[in-house]
Amino acid sequence: MKEEVRLMKGNEAIAHAAIRYGCDGYFGYPITPQSEVLETLEALMPWETSGMVVLQAESEVAAINMVYGGAASGKAVMTSSSSPGVSLKQEGISYLAGAMLPALVLNVMRGGPGLGTIQPSQADYFQATKGGGHGDYHLIVLAPSTVQEMVDFVGLGFDLAFKYRTPSMILADGIVGQMMEKVVLPEPRPRRTDEEVKKQCPWAANGRTDKRKRNVITSLELESSRMEEINHQLQATYREIEKNETRWEEIDVEGADYLIVAFGSIARICDKAKEMAAEKGIKVGIIRPITLWPFPTAAIEKAAEGKKGILCVELNAGQMIEDVRLAVHDRIPVEHFGRLGGIIPSPQEVVDALEKKIIRN
Amino acid sequence: MKEEIIIAGFGGQGVLSMGKILAYSGLMDDKEVTWMPSYGPEQRGGTANVTVILSDEKISSPVLDSYDIVIALNQQSLDKFAPKVKPGGMLIFDTNGIHNVPKRDDINIYPINAMEATLEIGNPKAYNMVVMGALLEAMPYKLPMENVIKGLKKSLPERHHGLIPLNEQAIEKGRSIIKK
Repeated sequence: MKEEVRLMKGNEAIAHAAIRYGCDGYFGYPITPQSEVLETLEALMPWETSGMVVLQAESEVAAINMVYGGAASGKAVMTSSSSPGVSLKQEGISYLAGAMLPALVLNVMRGGPGLGTIQPSQADYFQATKGGGHGDYHLIVLAPSTVQEMVDFVGLGFDLAFKYRTPSMILADGIVGQMMEKVVLPEPRPRRTDEEVKKQCPWAANGRTDKRKRNVITSLELESSRMEEINHQLQATYREIEKNETRWEEIDVEGADYLIVAFGSIARICDKAKEMAAEKGIKVGIIRPITLWPFPTAAIEKAAEGKKGILCVELNAGQMIEDVRLAVHDRIPVEHFGRLGGIIPSPQEVVDALEKKIIRN
Repeated sequence: MKEEIIIAGFGGQGVLSMGKILAYSGLMDDKEVTWMPSYGPEQRGGTANVTVILSDEKISSPVLDSYDIVIALNQQSLDKFAPKVKPGGMLIFDTNGIHNVPKRDDINIYPINAMEATLEIGNPKAYNMVVMGALLEAMPYKLPMENVIKGLKKSLPERHHGLIPLNEQAIEKGRSIIKK
């Protein structure tokens, strides 16, 4: 196995990427539209090759707590689910953040609230970026727009999680999970040896060696002054992440009269809408936040200079628009367009919304 | 080169797998490809469709308003997607079970009898490859047959590679039945 060009679904790509990254364990519970992650892992049987554990847990709650256990021992572990299942995992995610544990969580979003629909959605933006569980924490949230990014963000998500000792999340949607595209799979890396894990994660609870202090993994601290310190430490990490890891893509922003801000697969629909608008003489630029947290606030503020308005296109009732409005301080009009309940807007609908909500206003 | 194609029909007609073989064939011909299925409960009994885009350049939206080529394999799909063929584009439909033929004079319309052709070669499971043959014959982008065979090999699990000659025969049959 080396670097390889393949055609596959986003969900399948996640499974291949995890094995090739040298992931130690996957714990999950099936739910549409992401069941192919677990199915593909089971078909590939990595326990026979790399020794990676693949386990279908009895529930989403069990799966995230297995992730907590694996992460506490310094292993590269992950789970995946779709919106209702990710809601169930929120307690575990908050505990991971509180105990400063690296882990990767994939959410292939479907429409809600409740059991909702199995069709695509982006309505978990608030949950992913504002802290779906309790307490003052953030996840590093990566939003893939292509199957290739599904592959790349497995590696990036794990690397950032270990670098900052924080869980990271790939926030995908049913479109990028279910569609097939050309992907280049990275060259496989072996799983880290126990010695490598000990070296990389001196904090991990993986067997006490001579002379070192006992490592305790917990999110509990009853001494308030100590708990405040831990919170400050977390916040300092978040400021570091904001400084170093904010990622976004700009398409034809310079020279444009209008901006579209969109993330994930919807940004690609907007890219097509941009071409269609250009044919009518409307100059549109696109900003695609790649990290939804940390949010590219400064980049949007800068890009908005001299623009006549911004359309925020999301597969929800208006969530990211709050961050976009904060970024531009009401200096120019910012309006939202989205479809709900699993309906995917066509590029023409985006052009129509731009004309109706921004240009004619 | 860019072909924006939708294949639509009943669940079980092989719509999604035909799209997959088409996408894989494009990949083998060094094209950028996307394959975007309708997924979910509509796959059983109802309608299924898949959008396949083949292009020399990076593909933006996998979801489209209009198509260069529409392949409709039942009346509902024909009603829904015939109006979405771009002017100058192409509509291919199976006449079997069709009672209401769309009238458009700004597109090329190819009625085919793929069901009958499939019965002639004696294997109903090859239906989608007969349709694929018709598409390959009519499509402006000429996909070399050797890359279609490679695409078939990539899409089919190895235990079914014995069926490739049958699929090839079905594709050739499909090529022979299409006329404007």
